[in-house]
Amino acid sequence: MTTLPKEIEPIARARIDAAGLHYRELNARIREAIAAGEREIKLANVNGQRYIGAGVAGDVRIEIHGVPGNDLGAFMDGPTVMVHGNAQDAIGNTMNGGKVIVHGDAGDVLGYGMRGGRILVRGDVGYRVGIHMKAYRTQVPVLVVGGNAGDFLGEYMAGGLLVVLGLQRRRGQPLVGDYCATGMHGGTIYLRGEWERSRIASNQVAARAAGEDDLRELRPALEEFCAEFGLDVERVLGEPFARLTPVSHRPYGGKYAA
Amino acid sequence: MPEVRLDTEEALAEGEAEITSDRRAGHSEVLPLYSPPEFTWTNDVDKCRRCKRCIMQCGWKTLSWQDRVVPDHSKCVGCHRCEATCPEQCITVRPNAQHFKPHALWSLGHRKNVWRQADTGGVLLTGMGNDQPYEVIFDHLVLDACQVTNPSIDPLREPMELRTYLGKKPESVEVEMGPDGNLRARTRLEPNLELATPILFAPMSYGSISLTAQKSIAMAAAECGIAWNTGEGGLHEEVKPYADRAIVQCASGRFGVHAGYLNAGAAVEIKIGQGAKPGIGGHLPGEKVSLDVSQTRMIPVGSDAISPAPQHDIYSIEDLRQLIYAIKEATQYTKPVCVKIAAVHNVAAIASGIVRAGADMIYLDGFRGGTGAAPTVIRDHLGIPIEIAVAVVDQRLREEGIRNQASIIAAGGIRSSADMAKAIALGADAVAIGTAALLALGCTLCQKCYTGRCSWGICTQDPELTRRIDPRVGSQRIANLVRAWSAELEEILGALGLNAVESLRGSRERLRGLDLHAGTLEVLGVKPAGVGA
Repeated sequence: MTTLPKEIEPIARARIDAAGLHYRELNARIREAIAAGEREIKLANVNGQRYIGAGVAGDVRIEIHGVPGNDLGAFMDGPTVMVHGNAQDAIGNTMNGGKVIVHGDAGDVLGYGMRGGRILVRGDVGYRVGIHMKAYRTQVPVLVVGGNAGDFLGEYMAGGLLVVLGLQRRRGQPLVGDYCATGMHGGTIYLRGEWERSRIASNQVAARAAGEDDLRELRPALEEFCAEFGLDVERVLGEPFARLTPVSHRPYGGKYAA
Repeated sequence: MPEVRLDTEEALAEGEAEITSDRRAGHSEVLPLYSPPEFTWTNDVDKCRRCKRCIMQCGWKTLSWQDRVVPDHSKCVGCHRCEATCPEQCITVRPNAQHFKPHALWSLGHRKNVWRQADTGGVLLTGMGNDQPYEVIFDHLVLDACQVTNPSIDPLREPMELRTYLGKKPESVEVEMGPDGNLRARTRLEPNLELATPILFAPMSYGSISLTAQKSIAMAAAECGIAWNTGEGGLHEEVKPYADRAIVQCASGRFGVHAGYLNAGAAVEIKIGQGAKPGIGGHLPGEKVSLDVSQTRMIPVGSDAISPAPQHDIYSIEDLRQLIYAIKEATQYTKPVCVKIAAVHNVAAIASGIVRAGADMIYLDGFRGGTGAAPTVIRDHLGIPIEIAVAVVDQRLREEGIRNQASIIAAGGIRSSADMAKAIALGADAVAIGTAALLALGCTLCQKCYTGRCSWGICTQDPELTRRIDPRVGSQRIANLVRAWSAELEEILGALGLNAVESLRGSRERLRGLDLHAGTLEVLGVKPAGVGA
């Protein structure tokens, strides 16, 4: 499901027309703008350029009109990236901090090895989302999916918070795909509404209905998500949530001879 | 000693025969299985002055004090730490003289493994490189030397160039006159990793080895003007001063990887595979993730550090290209990017793909490469020798006209300067050494790295053990090794009539094979001894 990019007033001071630009040129211009002191950058006519925001640090806001290419915000550490449209694969790859907001759908392999920051996707996401997310000290990565997710969600998850809301789910459509949380050994996954136990690696994950304490843990992430997309958090919380946590922090510890 | 108890009474009561390794008390009938100790420990009681140093030195708690030193032979791994540190030199550790009925098929090793697996039901682990008696191709290759018609070069009085640049080389170089009157390159040169001699240290993470061992290696790299490699364990504060000589690794767990880390090193390496465990992920057990290790890897204390077998953002050459360029973008194209793979059957085609994906270096790890921990069955039976891999990759890249686009690093069983020279003649730009560097720190190849109890302080995180390595001393020993091999390489080059190591690269005409099959010679691109130019 795609939310059409809404035309908003240009708030950015720096505006870069990405039409016809190779990603290397576009990203060099973004870095130049940041080096020149710009803190708000608007990219127009983005059409598949990769690596936007890759390795960029600091308090910067990048607004993207169009569809950014793969590895948006890879290794990113601080910036806020707003996508008015759909996004592609590998958003927030090994991201350390910052925020990526996607108003449409996003592709596969989101948040791979992500250690900090937030990825908020209004629509659906593809396969292999949130693999090996990990937390460290005060860094707790958060990935919220407004729609549905494909197979291998949260595989090898080692830390952080992964939420799938299924807000625009059609009847009979699965919330998450197969092999969800396989090898999970840290972090928490919340699934909203109906989900199928057969999709979950049940020998490695404990699943139960989320209680009040759990919803308190979840609430800040949902409030931020709802504020970003103009949704009513109480309505989102109106459906029951399931909470998935790993059975062991050492899922493969017993496999080897001592 | 492993033992299996047959719970006869219970089994009969339940109407089924069940063998269990459960050691609960009260089970009467015992089916003893015999697995003899690998080593026996003895000391000369007359010479022993009862200082108990041996007891303290043993990381495996083999020895105890009962009015004299008493060994538990079954715990001895044969690392010889006690022997080396005994002030009276009165300890002897020797292989247990076992007189099992010989069997050409069922070696004692096979029998022991079966006993152990019957006891535990687990995957057997091991450390260091493949110890099986496969033919070593290096030992069947000999180098040429100059006689009469082409003079050799005396490295004692003539300059020898060992300096090596790893990374992309341009198709051609255009030069122009600079304003200072000196010629300069007009062609834009890609970033390269400069080495004073064609040696690097293999990736060994903090976590797999001790910080004192890693710091020794890092200091040696800085002193020798070569490079060390973080492995997948992040960059600890203690070794940050040597980061400009580091290749920082990005592997499937992404431990400690962030933009600052990628930019801290001299180059970045994407680890796809390792010679000792091709196709297998890594797994640092939670009990080894101490506070310090957790800070470097940026994960919680006590949490398993699981590196999944593949990187789940790389399922194809196109995906690999995506990560290579993500790293290049994050480092603003200032660092060469290396891709490390295990040498496997299809290595030439894979390497071609890696170069076309944009890698500046390919690190080929042969099946004898070392490891801190790997399943024994994987270490001993998967992958191909580095000699073959280097030859076929170099050949393939030349045939495709892309050899200049990436340098080749050969690793996995480089034991001497001779192996290094032969690897370079087969097509490598440089070699990486891991086991040899650890041997310089005292390692005796006991292969128990995976236990984390290394008495030499190398493969352990126990502060009582790690402080046995003083990085100032350790780095000197490793630097000595690098200097010795470099001097020997100069001698070899001189004998070959070459004054620069790059003239040896891929020069298979200077190699000949002894007792190698025709098929192997063909794959290597080497003629048999006796055949002239």
